[in-house]
Amino acid sequence: MNFPKELKYTKDHEWARVEDAFAVVGITDYAQNKLGSIVFVELPSTGKSFQKGKTLVTVDSVKAVAEVYAPVSGQVEAVNELLAEQPEMINRDPYGQGWMVRLKMIDSPELDGLLSAEAYEAFVAEEEAKG
Amino acid sequence: MRYIPNAQDDWEAMLRAIGFEQLEDLATVLPESLRLKKPLDLPLPLSEMELVEHLRLLSEQGTGGKRMVSFLGAGAYDHFIPAVVDHVLRRPEFYTAYTPYQPEISQGTLQAIFEFQTLICQLTGMEVANASMYDGASAVAEAVLMAQRIKGRKRCLLSRAVHPEYRRVTSTYTHPLDMRLSEIPFTGEGITDLEVLKRVLNEDTSAVVIQQPNFFGCLEDLEEVTRIAHARNALIIVAVAEPLSLALLQPPGHLGADIVVGEGQSFGNALNFGGPYVGFFASRENFLRSMPGRLVGETVDQKGRRGFVLAISTREQHIRREKATSNICTNQALCALAVLVYLSTMGKQGLRELAEINLSKCEYAKMRLAEITRLRFSAPTFNEFVITVEGDLQGILRKLLHEGLIAGLALGRFYPEMKKEVLVCVTEKHSREEVDRLAEVLGKICGRQGERGMAR
Amino acid sequence: MKEEWPGECGLVLNEPLIFERGARGRKGYSLPSLDVERVSPKKVWPEKWIRKDLDGFPEMSEVEVVRHFTHLSQWNYGVDSGFYPLGSCTMKYNPKVNEEVARLPGFVAAHPYRPEEISQGALGLMSDLERFLAEISGLDRVTLQPSAGAQGELTGMLMIRAYLADRGNPRGKVLVPDTAHGTNPASSALCGYQVVQVKSNERGVLSPQAVEEKMDEEVAALMVTNPNTLGLFEENICQLVEIVHQKGGLVYCDGANLNALLGLAKIGEMGVDVLHFNLHKTFSTPHGGGGPGAGPVGVKAHLADYLPVPAIVRDGERLRLDYDRPKSIGQVRSFYGNFAVLVRAYAYILSLGAEGLKRASLVALLNANYIRAGLKDRYYLPYDVPCMHECVFSDRLQNKYGVTALDIAKRLMDYGFHPPTIYFPLVVHGALMIEPTESEAKETLDQFIEAMVQIAREAETEPGLVREAPHKTKVSRLDEVLANRKPKLRWKP
Repeated sequence: MNFPKELKYTKDHEWARVEDAFAVVGITDYAQNKLGSIVFVELPSTGKSFQKGKTLVTVDSVKAVAEVYAPVSGQVEAVNELLAEQPEMINRDPYGQGWMVRLKMIDSPELDGLLSAEAYEAFVAEEEAKG
Repeated sequence: MRYIPNAQDDWEAMLRAIGFEQLEDLATVLPESLRLKKPLDLPLPLSEMELVEHLRLLSEQGTGGKRMVSFLGAGAYDHFIPAVVDHVLRRPEFYTAYTPYQPEISQGTLQAIFEFQTLICQLTGMEVANASMYDGASAVAEAVLMAQRIKGRKRCLLSRAVHPEYRRVTSTYTHPLDMRLSEIPFTGEGITDLEVLKRVLNEDTSAVVIQQPNFFGCLEDLEEVTRIAHARNALIIVAVAEPLSLALLQPPGHLGADIVVGEGQSFGNALNFGGPYVGFFASRENFLRSMPGRLVGETVDQKGRRGFVLAISTREQHIRREKATSNICTNQALCALAVLVYLSTMGKQGLRELAEINLSKCEYAKMRLAEITRLRFSAPTFNEFVITVEGDLQGILRKLLHEGLIAGLALGRFYPEMKKEVLVCVTEKHSREEVDRLAEVLGKICGRQGERGMAR
Repeated sequence: MKEEWPGECGLVLNEPLIFERGARGRKGYSLPSLDVERVSPKKVWPEKWIRKDLDGFPEMSEVEVVRHFTHLSQWNYGVDSGFYPLGSCTMKYNPKVNEEVARLPGFVAAHPYRPEEISQGALGLMSDLERFLAEISGLDRVTLQPSAGAQGELTGMLMIRAYLADRGNPRGKVLVPDTAHGTNPASSALCGYQVVQVKSNERGVLSPQAVEEKMDEEVAALMVTNPNTLGLFEENICQLVEIVHQKGGLVYCDGANLNALLGLAKIGEMGVDVLHFNLHKTFSTPHGGGGPGAGPVGVKAHLADYLPVPAIVRDGERLRLDYDRPKSIGQVRSFYGNFAVLVRAYAYILSLGAEGLKRASLVALLNANYIRAGLKDRYYLPYDVPCMHECVFSDRLQNKYGVTALDIAKRLMDYGFHPPTIYFPLVVHGALMIEPTESEAKETLDQFIEAMVQIAREAETEPGLVREAPHKTKVSRLDEVLANRKPKLRWKP
């Protein structure tokens, strides 16, 4: 299981990579593993704004749908068009080519509420133990 | 108890094995206060022989088993069903099977649905079709809900020439969701008033619903309606109550329709006093994820052999629950199978030939009835048309019934301004003699009343 | 004792799509010659409206049509093939005489708009069926209009909404247990309600406290299934109804599991306001591979005004269809309902009578408990109490060998059985929901138990065999990921 150090995480298994005023968002390796083969991704339209915690993206596996929540509030600046043709990229490269949305952040202090890689790794270990 | 194999010896062994004494003890999981103290008040059971006799009498009640010659259409059409259809439907592996959730042992049902979906696409000219809806009316309702989901607008326009029950059902479905439905009137020619449509269509409209042929049997100018709707960025939903017409008419898909729905009953499903029928639902490919209902897709198994599975189920209730595109679960699979067998049997030539027979017979009936009554509308028709009858319509229809004739549907119950009008349907099942007889008897009755219909 | 499993051998023939069959000029149809003047479309219609060709349609002889569908049918498994223990589906035997009476010419040829005076038989049948269902359930009035359970749920929820709206506020929320079938929240959402989930307790049922916590004056209704999808009787039902009624809400009962209660208890007597029936479950009408079914709805008298139109009313000697009901929710489908399905249910009730229906439920309870007892040593039973008509196991014990509920289901096919429902209800991880119904003989149940025991053994000793199953079916496991990523939903010419 992969937990890149430079990223921030949420307890709902989203990751955020901060690039100045922007945050690139996706789901973690743990999440993609739990979901199984991803068959479809519904991405938001550019220009739309989302509050932290609202559903940003929905991800379909064969038998389930998962909601991806905005880790910070922001406006959609870009979405990963590749996922329309290759949703499986999320399984293959969740932190790289499987990125989902680039948000222009509204309220940077929200970042402080996110978890570090270590904290997230510990959280995942707890979740697994609960089984 | 021939449907319950286990008999006393069996129960006793089983009860012993699970630590109960009597069969009745199994009901002790129920609270004492709720357990019934007396038997249900139902008729004493009938033997098979008595049951058949009882039902036979019920089925003949009112007609005494005498065959009525009926010219009723209006969303339920009397076509001849070849023997092959019921023969296939009676295969137990088809009719006693469940929804194909376990594809390895349901390939029969799944391939059949795939073939059905394909034929609906071919017929309507659309890109994708689902496994069926309950009926034409609920298909229209679900199409309107789908259009609202896609466009995010609350208003929908329905032509008044769309089947009144389709409109009523749509109203029932949309009422709790705060959607506004408005009606577009029809012209004196019997088609939707496009001038009014143009005026009334605005940016708040998600879709326009039109029926082809419409409820009066008249043909609408689909191309023009589509142009008007698309000019305002609204979707066009075409409802088809008599899909046999599609054998001869340009498919709505080729004219730009966004969603095509309708009633498949004409193909292989008997009248059955109103049901079960079978709705079909087809749309453009880019609306796929908003579609209600089941979808069957092609795939391969581990050895690379072709197989079929339920696909894109994440739209449906068992996965998406309250966010599903619909609540539909059980649909009308066996009725869809009947459609498939019927269309496979008729084939491309048979269907076109049949449609021409229907058109020809109907034109003949129009000519005969125009001699004694008046044709209400001038627009071209397929196998239904409206006549205006002078005099006491209810009395006339009663007299016809006495002669074993049902002239058609009196429209006053749906259109208050049309109290003298009757919707007449003619199919391949009506012989020339029967049409002549209707004309003669109707002529005599009207003549007897001293009020001649104006022959044009 | 070496047994020969039903699934051992096969005569399964290949068959392409209809579009890959037939050839130009082949005919399967027979049409009478025209006895009037032929009118071709171009005589009466504008040329540009006329279709040039029906391409992509097959041209097959009758022989090819029959063989095609005969082959397809042989790839299916129905109740007539064998044991079909799908939980909450009640796959009971479909009596053959019902198929006969549903095909009586007087019914088959009846147009729904024909004059009521010649439809008295059909209306009489429907009216009687309404009465039977009311008696069986303890509710006051019934509509036969909805085409399936889900449509019945919609109808029921629409009536609840109309009733509350009439009293000033339709309210905004509906309480749905975590054990509910997916159609429950979906139907509520269709009525514009927000769905609030209520968790079942450690006994697998709804506790009064849990409902009390969520119940307020913005909740329109509580939707329950009784017995619930764990096969357990909602023992607190009367209290739950009290709690909801006290705050002005109504209680909707999903009647999918009614097969557990026939002649034993009446849902109406528990205080429930609205109930839907699944005729294609409890009342033996065939499933048809996914319909048609029928989902009649029963209501208590205070909701009768809201029933869909038309209602069947008695006018002296005659029955008629009454559309003059100003408070009705309207119509949920065209015409009156799936009449041919109603005929079958009616015939079923008349064949069994009160005694027969009660016997059906009791034997259904017996068969389910027999399976529960037979499997509890090999499969994990989350609620180890006597069940009603179905029991729910989990794949927990098999997980440690890497075997899941899905694998067990697929392996059962090799033994010649249709698998039970899997992964539902959601509250049990890796659920196996088994509903045998009363239609099974003791030997079948013994055989099924033996098969499940063997599979449990295989999971331990040869898990690969289970994980790669099925091995004997026409196709092996299908690539659902491919089907979903690159949907191919039709054949293209």
